[in-house]
Amino acid sequence: MTKLDHLRNRDAVLRMSEAEADERASVVDPDDERMIINMGPQHPSTHGVLRVTMELQGETVLRSKPVIGYLHTGMEKTAEDLTYLQGPTNVTRMDYAAPLFTELTFSLAVEALLEIEMPDRATWIRMLMCELNRMSSHLLFLATNGMDLGAVGMMIYGWREREEVLRFFEKVTGLRMNHNYIRPGGVAADLPDGWQEDVQNILKVLPERLEQFDVLMTGQPIWRERTQGIGVITTEEALAMGATGPILRSTGYAWDLRRAMPYLAYDQVDFDIVVGTYGDTFDRYAIRLNEIRESMRIVEQCLELIPDGPYRAEDRKVTPPPRARIDESMEALIHHFKIFTEGFKVPPGEVYTAVESPRGELGCYLVSDGGPKPQRMHIRAPSFVNLQTLPHMMHGGLLADAIAVISSIDPIMGEVDR
Amino acid sequence: MTESPASLDEETEPGEEDMPEDDVERLHGSAVVVNNNQTVVHTGKAEYHDLIQSLNDDGYGVCVDLCGVDYLGNDTRSLPVTVTAERFELVVNLLDVQASRRLRVRVQLSEAAPIVATITDIHPGAEAMEREANDMFGLEFEGHPDPTPILLPDDWQGHPLRKDYSMGRIPVQFKAVDGR
Repeated sequence: MTKLDHLRNRDAVLRMSEAEADERASVVDPDDERMIINMGPQHPSTHGVLRVTMELQGETVLRSKPVIGYLHTGMEKTAEDLTYLQGPTNVTRMDYAAPLFTELTFSLAVEALLEIEMPDRATWIRMLMCELNRMSSHLLFLATNGMDLGAVGMMIYGWREREEVLRFFEKVTGLRMNHNYIRPGGVAADLPDGWQEDVQNILKVLPERLEQFDVLMTGQPIWRERTQGIGVITTEEALAMGATGPILRSTGYAWDLRRAMPYLAYDQVDFDIVVGTYGDTFDRYAIRLNEIRESMRIVEQCLELIPDGPYRAEDRKVTPPPRARIDESMEALIHHFKIFTEGFKVPPGEVYTAVESPRGELGCYLVSDGGPKPQRMHIRAPSFVNLQTLPHMMHGGLLADAIAVISSIDPIMGEVDR
Repeated sequence: MTESPASLDEETEPGEEDMPEDDVERLHGSAVVVNNNQTVVHTGKAEYHDLIQSLNDDGYGVCVDLCGVDYLGNDTRSLPVTVTAERFELVVNLLDVQASRRLRVRVQLSEAAPIVATITDIHPGAEAMEREANDMFGLEFEGHPDPTPILLPDDWQGHPLRKDYSMGRIPVQFKAVDGR
């Protein structure tokens, strides 16, 4: 039995060119009640510029197809023209809701080719920042998911809570988004004085707010009616389509790269993988809500376990020297100059690294020809792959539920189109 | 295609085909190497589809990533002796979710005919990725259910991620030229 046979709705995808659709529209057949409509790319519930072409019969969605590419800016081509140090400024703009993860997977790929060891503190800072970023990304999901389904108040609450995290990011990295904080060789700067209090403040206010979300949404009969049993996907279907992250976990399959193939220091912290049962929209919502709680557990452990030491590798060919050293050492001055003009050279080779982003497996395939710029840099974007499950989830459902399904995939179009 | 006699194992000369190849490790008949602790299988386009099928039966049941690479002008690529270097490569990253292991397949595709069988019949999830590789590198997938552009506009000319694709610049005149 092949994986294709596992797909219940093999004809869920609408494979029709616009010319064919036009032709079909001109043929009048009183028995044929099907019609093709476009949703988006400017529809507010499409999270950016997603267009979904749908074939409807009455209010039932038959076939559909996500049409993407409206935000394509050739970032993989741009990456071939940037040095490895400049690379994170480019990739951080892909998944703008969780930028630190793209920086991380790119940096891990460069470091794997360089074969340099990371200081422990750099690893733990990366883990702390990524888990905070997972929280802010899922809070953004709760805000938009709530609004898409009519809980308009969530739009305000979700953004408010996310703001607490972004304020901390601004203090650490200087920016609220597109941080360029995680770089090959470590992180850009050490955590500022008093960072513990800021993190503890976030951990103090959030649990209470999450309980308010539970009252507002999780336990609400209207919320459950709109999400339970909607957009169901099975484990076999999710694996066949390559879907990862909350979509795969919602089917009850406990696959999380942090546990299955630990990177950073995830094998040294305690956390649970949240899984669903039915693979429906409600499960995907509940997984993200509870993953915020798990991330808080990891952040709490980071506060205790984070070691002292350097925050970036002491390899002067890769990371710039401290400012004070430049005044007294000619070597340091030369290294500094070389890193920022020519960039450092990376040994030839190719590598694939993957991290668990809030949306699933975020990978980076990097090919180096031995020069200071990549020969090829490819980002395996989870949203791009997950979006393929959309026609299968929407097939046979109501048009009104299509909004709930799109929202539950949580696609970030910057990452889909790159 | 840049020829580089200096790099090791780059090219297999036609006369060398009968040399002993016993030192090359093989998996389903294709050469296997381990780079940076990652297993890489090198194959040609004729064996590609069967290899993916065999690996699927071995447990590598998820196609997580598929992308093209253009090696034009790269003379530092190292390949097993049994593999003939071509300009394009198709790189498929497979995942075994039962045993938590990964494997990468690199397929050599010639500049003259970058055509290869689709694997969407084995991994339906490769559909969007194959469409992207077609957009960006002009790799063609025989038997693909929907071979239309995905990220580029329908009427786009050329394949942007090829190394010989012109980036396109707008000339800017910085000061007035006398007499014009």
